[in-house]
Amino acid sequence: MASVTHKSHDMGLHTEQLTGRTQQRFFSASEEENYTYPWSFDVDFDNHAEFDAESMSSSEVNRKIRELMQQGFGSITVKNPQAKHSLGVGILNRLKLNFQGSLGYFGCGLNDGPNIHISGRVGWSCAENMMAGTVLIEQNAGSTFGAAMRGGDLVCRGDVGSRTGIDQKGGTIIIGGRSGAFSGFMMQRGRMVICGDAGKNLGDSMYDGTIYVGGEVEDLGVDCVPGEMTDNELKWLINKLGMYDIEPSCGIANMKKFVAGKQLWNYDNLEPAEKKLVL
Amino acid sequence: MCGIAGLIHRGNSSDIGAEMTSMLQSLKHRGPDSTGFALYGNATPDQYVMRFKAAEQEDMNNGFGMQKIIRKRKKQADQRLTELGANIEVVDQATDYSWRYVFRFNGNMRKLADYMEDIDGIEILSIGKALELIKDLGDAETVSSQYSLGGFRGTHAIGHTRMATESDVDIRSAHPYWAYPFSDVSVVHNGQLTNYWTLRREMERRGHRFMSNCDSELIAVFIADRIADNEDLESAMVRSVDELDGVFTYLVATSDQLGMAKDVMAAKPMVLYESDQFVGLASEEVAIRSIFPNEIETWDPYHGEVKVWQA
Repeated sequence: MASVTHKSHDMGLHTEQLTGRTQQRFFSASEEENYTYPWSFDVDFDNHAEFDAESMSSSEVNRKIRELMQQGFGSITVKNPQAKHSLGVGILNRLKLNFQGSLGYFGCGLNDGPNIHISGRVGWSCAENMMAGTVLIEQNAGSTFGAAMRGGDLVCRGDVGSRTGIDQKGGTIIIGGRSGAFSGFMMQRGRMVICGDAGKNLGDSMYDGTIYVGGEVEDLGVDCVPGEMTDNELKWLINKLGMYDIEPSCGIANMKKFVAGKQLWNYDNLEPAEKKLVL
Repeated sequence: MCGIAGLIHRGNSSDIGAEMTSMLQSLKHRGPDSTGFALYGNATPDQYVMRFKAAEQEDMNNGFGMQKIIRKRKKQADQRLTELGANIEVVDQATDYSWRYVFRFNGNMRKLADYMEDIDGIEILSIGKALELIKDLGDAETVSSQYSLGGFRGTHAIGHTRMATESDVDIRSAHPYWAYPFSDVSVVHNGQLTNYWTLRREMERRGHRFMSNCDSELIAVFIADRIADNEDLESAMVRSVDELDGVFTYLVATSDQLGMAKDVMAAKPMVLYESDQFVGLASEEVAIRSIFPNEIETWDPYHGEVKVWQA
């Protein structure tokens, strides 16, 4: 009897040819441009600049940050961001960026490298799709905090809204306070640390990843189950939370761990339609 | 996507007309179709303020005959008010098609509202001792200047910028909604109600009237229905979170209270700032910042949360 894999190949399920401009651009080892970001700059951390964003639009603020990076400034302070939307996004190099105030929606998204400090609060979808770097928020954060995040550390000292880390694919989200409903919804990889209470449906439909909670959990979502904390994880939590001077009131040793039960989603199994074909 | 905002000054009054204009203008990108204000001035114990319109803004493009029709409707409205015993003391014409009346009245408010709205084309926007409800097409600054809202002093207000999704771009479908026939109760809403028709039919069977097909009007009627059953505002709102299905965040105001409710999925945004003197709420923090440029601490209310503040 042929193996399941061979049978599915024979039935044409794995014959897709990857062609086209996308493949040429990103998978050709001979093209130098495939190894660099087009809008990434060499900056000097000792070179500091600051400006006031009060009378500027979001686009103007982001353009100004880019201009300063282009000039080699590696440390930038933005005063009075006034909760404007989409600030500090698309930064693809190392940078020390300091916002003195609060950001609106979609702040610090699509970043790959910068270390960002926000003295106020952030609105919905902060650090969406962040790939590397850190974002540290001193006050509270809105919903969908760190949505689809892929790497880096996203830290909020206060409380965050609902659907924190929805679709999280990597990196670490740390919340000093409580987190709203549906945190870790469809989480795929990475770690989430909630020092306070977690709202209802924690980790609903999560594929993978790990959630640590210091406070009470209102209830667990579908396929989210308690896990057993290992010594390595405990060491990791102590080091990681220590980096940001955050500690749950229950003590790190008493934090609870939650993981995917993997009953709902399992990539190792074939899809039902595929099963029907091969059986 | 719509924008909603609310503010309440605890224990003192302020230029809430200008403040709400500023908040709503900064939410213009969430809905440019129409803007509405529910402003709560200093109440007079035995006087009512009524805002009503005799036509839609778009009706004014139907030629000179429309002016004649509006004059006729207004004359009928005056006659009916007098007939029911209302003593009209102030008549202000806000636009070509809307008026602000101040009157004294001791009779049945529902009867008065029904009799007025029985006139073809007349819609009462609000009746209250403190409430003045203004809504029209255009952004906040347009509507505010059209109705001279800058300088309106009061304790609290709610407002709305609308992006029409499920009903027309007209004044009838604009927010806020007055919780007919209860004086001084108004509602603004951001979201979608999925059991609108089921609950609307139930409310109509209980004798409530609907002026539009906008799902947000249902919230005002629902709250009015609960108040009619002697429920207080907060418990009516808690009940609404259970019984209204869909994704929503809404604000409701009475003569001396401001409340907010969020659905159990927490799917619609709301940012809240609270201090001993002032409470500000909006779909986006940028609206609160428009009147509080200094650093303040704000947060998102959680799923199913209901809060009520006293003026």
